[in-house]
Amino acid sequence: MILDSKIPAGPLEKKWTSHRFNLKLVNPANRRKYKIIVVGTGLAGSSAAASFAELGYNVLSFSYHESPRRAHSIAAQGGINAPKNYANDGDSVWRLFYDTIKGGDYRAREANVYRLAEVSGSIIDQCVAQGVPFARDYAGYLDNRSFGGAQVSRTFYARGQTGQQLLLGAYQALLRQVNEKKITFFPRREMLDLILHDGKARGIVVRNLVNGKIETYTADAVVLATGGYGNVFYLSTNANASNATAIWRAHKRGAFFANPCYTQIHPTCIPVSGDYQSKLTLMSESLRNDGRIWVPKKKNDLRKPNEIPENERDYYLERLYPSFGNLVPRDIASRRAKEICDNGFGVGETKMAVYLDFVDSIKRLGKETIKQKYGNLFDMYKQITAEDPYNVPMRIYPAVHYTMGGLWVDYNLMSNLPGLFVIGEANFSDHGANRLGASALMQGLADGYFILPYTIGNYLASEKFGKINLTDSSIKSVKNNVEEIISKLFNIKGKTSVNEFHKKLGKIMWNNVGMGRSKKSLNEAINQIKKLKKEFWSDVKIVGEKENVNAVIEKAQRVADFIELGELLATDALNRQESCGGHFREEFQFDGEAMRNDKKFTYVSAWEFKGENKKEKLHKEKLEFENVSLTQRSYK
Amino acid sequence: MKLNLKVWRQQNNSAKGKFVNYKIDDVSEHMSFLEMLDVLNEELIKKSEDTIAFDHDCREGICGSCGFMINGRAHGPGSGIATCQLHMRSFKDGDTIIIEPFRAEGFPVIKDLMIDRSAFDRILQVGGYISAKTGGIPDGNAIPIKKEDSDLSMDAAACIGCGACVAACPNSSAMLFVSAKISHLGLLPQGKIENDERVIKLVAQMDEEKFGSCSNTYACEAECPKEISVTNIARLNKYFIKANL
Ligand SMILES: Cc1cc2nc3c(=O)[nH]c(=O)nc-3n(C[C@H](O)[C@H](O)[C@H](O)COP(=O)(O)OP(=O)(O)OC[C@H]3O[C@@H](n4cnc5c(N)ncnc54)[C@H](O)[C@@H]3O)c2cc1C
Ligand code: SF4
Ligand code: FES
Repeated sequence: MILDSKIPAGPLEKKWTSHRFNLKLVNPANRRKYKIIVVGTGLAGSSAAASFAELGYNVLSFSYHESPRRAHSIAAQGGINAPKNYANDGDSVWRLFYDTIKGGDYRAREANVYRLAEVSGSIIDQCVAQGVPFARDYAGYLDNRSFGGAQVSRTFYARGQTGQQLLLGAYQALLRQVNEKKITFFPRREMLDLILHDGKARGIVVRNLVNGKIETYTADAVVLATGGYGNVFYLSTNANASNATAIWRAHKRGAFFANPCYTQIHPTCIPVSGDYQSKLTLMSESLRNDGRIWVPKKKNDLRKPNEIPENERDYYLERLYPSFGNLVPRDIASRRAKEICDNGFGVGETKMAVYLDFVDSIKRLGKETIKQKYGNLFDMYKQITAEDPYNVPMRIYPAVHYTMGGLWVDYNLMSNLPGLFVIGEANFSDHGANRLGASALMQGLADGYFILPYTIGNYLASEKFGKINLTDSSIKSVKNNVEEIISKLFNIKGKTSVNEFHKKLGKIMWNNVGMGRSKKSLNEAINQIKKLKKEFWSDVKIVGEKENVNAVIEKAQRVADFIELGELLATDALNRQESCGGHFREEFQFDGEAMRNDKKFTYVSAWEFKGENKKEKLHKEKLEFENVSLTQRSYK
Repeated sequence: MKLNLKVWRQQNNSAKGKFVNYKIDDVSEHMSFLEMLDVLNEELIKKSEDTIAFDHDCREGICGSCGFMINGRAHGPGSGIATCQLHMRSFKDGDTIIIEPFRAEGFPVIKDLMIDRSAFDRILQVGGYISAKTGGIPDGNAIPIKKEDSDLSMDAAACIGCGACVAACPNSSAMLFVSAKISHLGLLPQGKIENDERVIKLVAQMDEEKFGSCSNTYACEAECPKEISVTNIARLNKYFIKANL
């Protein structure tokens, strides 16, 4: 099987325009004859559902949440990029494209990234029209700030609640279409399988999380907008329920999983405090605009931070990377923090933290300005740690945050399964081996508002759709499969709770497949995960009722899928014998920086499921670079 | 510390509920309230008992999923926080804590502490938006907006839709929630165009969903995790009168 990325011919700047012209259209009067399933109501899913409905398609929208507004996108803090050049600092579509390709360590498709940069300006316009209250200056114009990996100010923000405001915009657009009866929203439904009919994705099987009933829905196309899989590490900044089940079950039905090993560890999170901990809290990257990162120059320094004089502090990012300073990309900032702590310079009770200090900017800008910019983040920090960052520097440490990998999609955002589209964090498309800050919101909304509405029309207009019957044996067997998995789990009647398994998996992943990976640690991880999988399926304990609200059976399935995905993640990391972006193989480094191997690894790894407990098959999509030259990333 | 919990257990919407007592030892003051419940649920699993159902997700006060009455207060002691942001350092060894769902006719119980707040979606659905379609929009800087208005709009837009205002209100009024959306959109020039219609529709739907009316007790503002101000209610009333002129 050859992976066809369907990248249009022609110069980079013209590809999307000419592609759009070549796409087939569905006649407006015919659109109401098509049904589209959208799973997920985060930025990607809500914006896609609303845009499809506005065009006239019938949309069935699903979420395991009670309301579309609860999706994990709501938690994004820092901002969204667009090269508007409002700051007059030399920004352009080309520069955003270049920064993103370089930030991703040259492991993303040029054409996709360029398109993303190209449409991102319209997102800001769209959101303003919807009433998103972006920050403004005193003249009433939109304000910007800087994020890592860029030397221009192109990040738009709504205090520390950018994700919330963007999602409310998309959610309201979705509700408007619910009111118009173009969207039917199904709350508290968890997708557990994908229905294929004549080789095309035609429906989904879900569990109704209120009464436990297994339900089947069919349509002409299925869109997965189900977010990332960071919780495979147990502790992450993701919302508690975020999981990989939708994409993993689609993978088991044939959709290729691309670059699972590209995971992002965010440098600025509140450090772990105890074993009962259920999640990690992000402190937005925007803080690195005004906060300075440092550790004491002396190992094991027990003095309070304010007692350590200036000349005994090591502002190591400013020292190592004079031109980007505290604003180096995330992968670099995280790795350096780990290195510093591993070498004994860490601070705080656990010594697994570095300082993020605002004292200089408070002096320079005044407490009021800092409060205006970051007030809610400072409050959040204080709430959790009982320390006041206006007076004492924050203690931060890296944590799992985002997954660049996901289901493989072509330029039209369609997976290798016809009719299965994947958008937002759930796909692998635009961030290569490392995502720059403020670009996930941009990608999710680009996919949903401005890309998929065109490309899905082309698919619908090009294909013929036979009628499908819910009583067909092929459909019934998918439903039976879901019911069997649930029954099987209930029948194990073991001794270990689902959470204990999840914690064990998390430990294996963090210790062996986390910030530093090696052949040895990866093999170790694969062996341990295989063992864990056996244990899980013979010793997991499910309580509660099958046909009622039951968080235990919900989570059991998610953890079962995480275990399998964890193994693939480690396998992918083992295969990629180079370091790039968030994937750091200890064997491949130079001067502490990631060392790529462009000759051998300038490709996307796309994995094909071959059956339970069988080795997955690797397919390679070669990445072509016609517009940028591959260089060693330098932020010095 | 050791705590005594009295937790509302209710099998489903039509079942009768009751308080059940649980003892929990070894609670660390650094734990969040929900982490304490996680620990209790793990103990219930060990004893092969059904776990306590409650909604939660982000665990950082932004998704609006969590929320119950803790010792009679929506989101518990402390101000400006959601239940998930409450830490056990707010309690002392030996305390008894009463935990029950938000109670309102508009929020039927699903199971234990989990409630159905879809009424909030239905209220917004009738007009809690600006009817801008995707595409064909002028540049974001085409309409300058006074910083003051934009800031006030943002203050109101911070509402997380948790329902604590309803739970705190003696009349189960949803006025704070509705007024937050009305202010968020009505303060912006883009949102003014549909303002009259929006106010009338949202208020009508709020009544339809069996939320009571506002009698200015301001209990809502006191318990709101996002400190949404009651001045929004005054603004809603002003808009409402104008819309009906
Ligand atoms: C704390 C935090 C801060 C962040 N800050 C920023 C930032 O400042 N800027 C930025 O660009 N990015 C940021 N990100 C990243 C960004 O928020 C996410 O990548 C993005 O929001 C993902 O959006 P999405 O629409 O793809 O998925 P999500 O928002 O995760 O939505 C997933 C949806 O799918 C549904 N779902 C999932 N599985 C199923 C299933 N099996 N059945 C039914 N429904 C399902 C869920 O209910 C949900 O509705 C941040 C991330 C975190 C964790
Ligand atoms: S107004 Fe406050 S209490 Fe009411 S729903 Fe919004 S955030 Fe919750
Ligand atoms: S869990 Fe999201 S607000 Fe509490």
